[in-house]
Amino acid sequence: MDWSVIADNLPFLLIGLGVSFQLALLTIICSLVLACFIAIGRISARRWISWPAGAFVNILRSNPLILIVFWMFFLVPILTGKNINEFYSVLIAFVIFFSAYYTEIIRSGIQSISGGQIRAALSSGLTYSQTMRLIVLPQAMRNVLPGLITECVIVFQGTTIAYVIGLREFLHSTTLVAERTVRPAELYLFAALVYFVVCFAGSKLAERLEKRKIG
Amino acid sequence: MSEVVVSIKNVTLRYGDFEALRDISADFHFGKCIVICGPSGSGKSSLLRCVNKLEDYCEGDVFFDGQSLNRARNLPKIRSEIGMVFQHFELYPHLTVMDNVTLAPRKVQGKPRAAAEAKAAELLERVGILDQARKHPNELSGGQQQRAAIARALALEPKVMLFDEPTSALDPEMIAEVLLVMRDLARGGMTMLVVTHEMGFAQDVADEVIFMDGGRIVERNETARFFAAPATERAKTFIDQVLYKRAHPDTHPA
Repeated sequence: MDWSVIADNLPFLLIGLGVSFQLALLTIICSLVLACFIAIGRISARRWISWPAGAFVNILRSNPLILIVFWMFFLVPILTGKNINEFYSVLIAFVIFFSAYYTEIIRSGIQSISGGQIRAALSSGLTYSQTMRLIVLPQAMRNVLPGLITECVIVFQGTTIAYVIGLREFLHSTTLVAERTVRPAELYLFAALVYFVVCFAGSKLAERLEKRKIG
Repeated sequence: MSEVVVSIKNVTLRYGDFEALRDISADFHFGKCIVICGPSGSGKSSLLRCVNKLEDYCEGDVFFDGQSLNRARNLPKIRSEIGMVFQHFELYPHLTVMDNVTLAPRKVQGKPRAAAEAKAAELLERVGILDQARKHPNELSGGQQQRAAIARALALEPKVMLFDEPTSALDPEMIAEVLLVMRDLARGGMTMLVVTHEMGFAQDVADEVIFMDGGRIVERNETARFFAAPATERAKTFIDQVLYKRAHPDTHPA
């Protein structure tokens, strides 16, 4: 084993890691915002709102992430006649895919809030959207925080899928160095360690929040 | 006779096949305190919720201050003029007591925070829990929470207050503190519709009593007459059942 290859190529690898973090963070923020709207749509009493929201969630959750990435990367340019940047192509695919999962988590959170809270808010003259924004969503998000964080860990692991269309995220950068230096064992061990540290920390955080909720 | 503030006209409410309210009509006047009683499932709470259209009744209409709720363009505005207090308090657990009280004045009426907080402090003082203002609801006792909920409803300076079994979820030793706040409110001239089983409160405070059964108003009577000589057999039976002492005079010697 020769660990100097890691130190020698560290700046290059860190740039890849930065891309992974950027992709994960933007995916999480955009998906969460989108999911709040879809979740509220999903529980709507109006079928023309709840049905498309339900269809969106079910279709996305019944497809592999890699296929959504392919769709965005190969089909959208054919349909629109324009090439889009790899990073944004992957980001859009990720946001669509993960918002479906976030929607279901947030929906269960919204449904954990009692009708009494909603009646109290409406009776005070708040509009339906104010009731959702000020009363229901803050409580719902808090109730499902552990699930949301677990999903964030899955998003971070999911960024490796961007490899397939050539985005230079952390795993791709690692592979490039491994091939160039012919040191795959060291590099893939290092990559495993990095993913483990980030994801394990995330899982532990979720676990702690779960316990605090019960306690 | 004073002015009518709430007028219920031929309201019917169904949940599926079940008729919760059957063709109910009733007028309520400014400044009066009305107690609504009756066995559980008789439609008391449903009726109360129709007053601010929290229940989407199927037939009929409700008029608040002359405005039809069916045709209301701005239902939230009308609702903000009707305060409501719930059996399970329904304080917002993620906000402090102060924020619970100031939320609607700020978001619905557009009051600046400082003015809303000054008013809230005055109301919390009045219900005796100003020292709890910075706490979250779960740090308060049940009685304190319900008094905070009353302050929250009063913060909008409502024309009518609705109370939906406000003491049913309370430990016995906390019932009086809430009823006293309500009594003072009624004596101050607030128009109140109170769904409750507290017959002592009804006898002491209410101007009139409405007795409901099976989704209908069976009897509406002046308080003293309702308890002394109910007009209907059904109401008489109910009063005897609720007023244990009257039903079993022999069990209380002395």
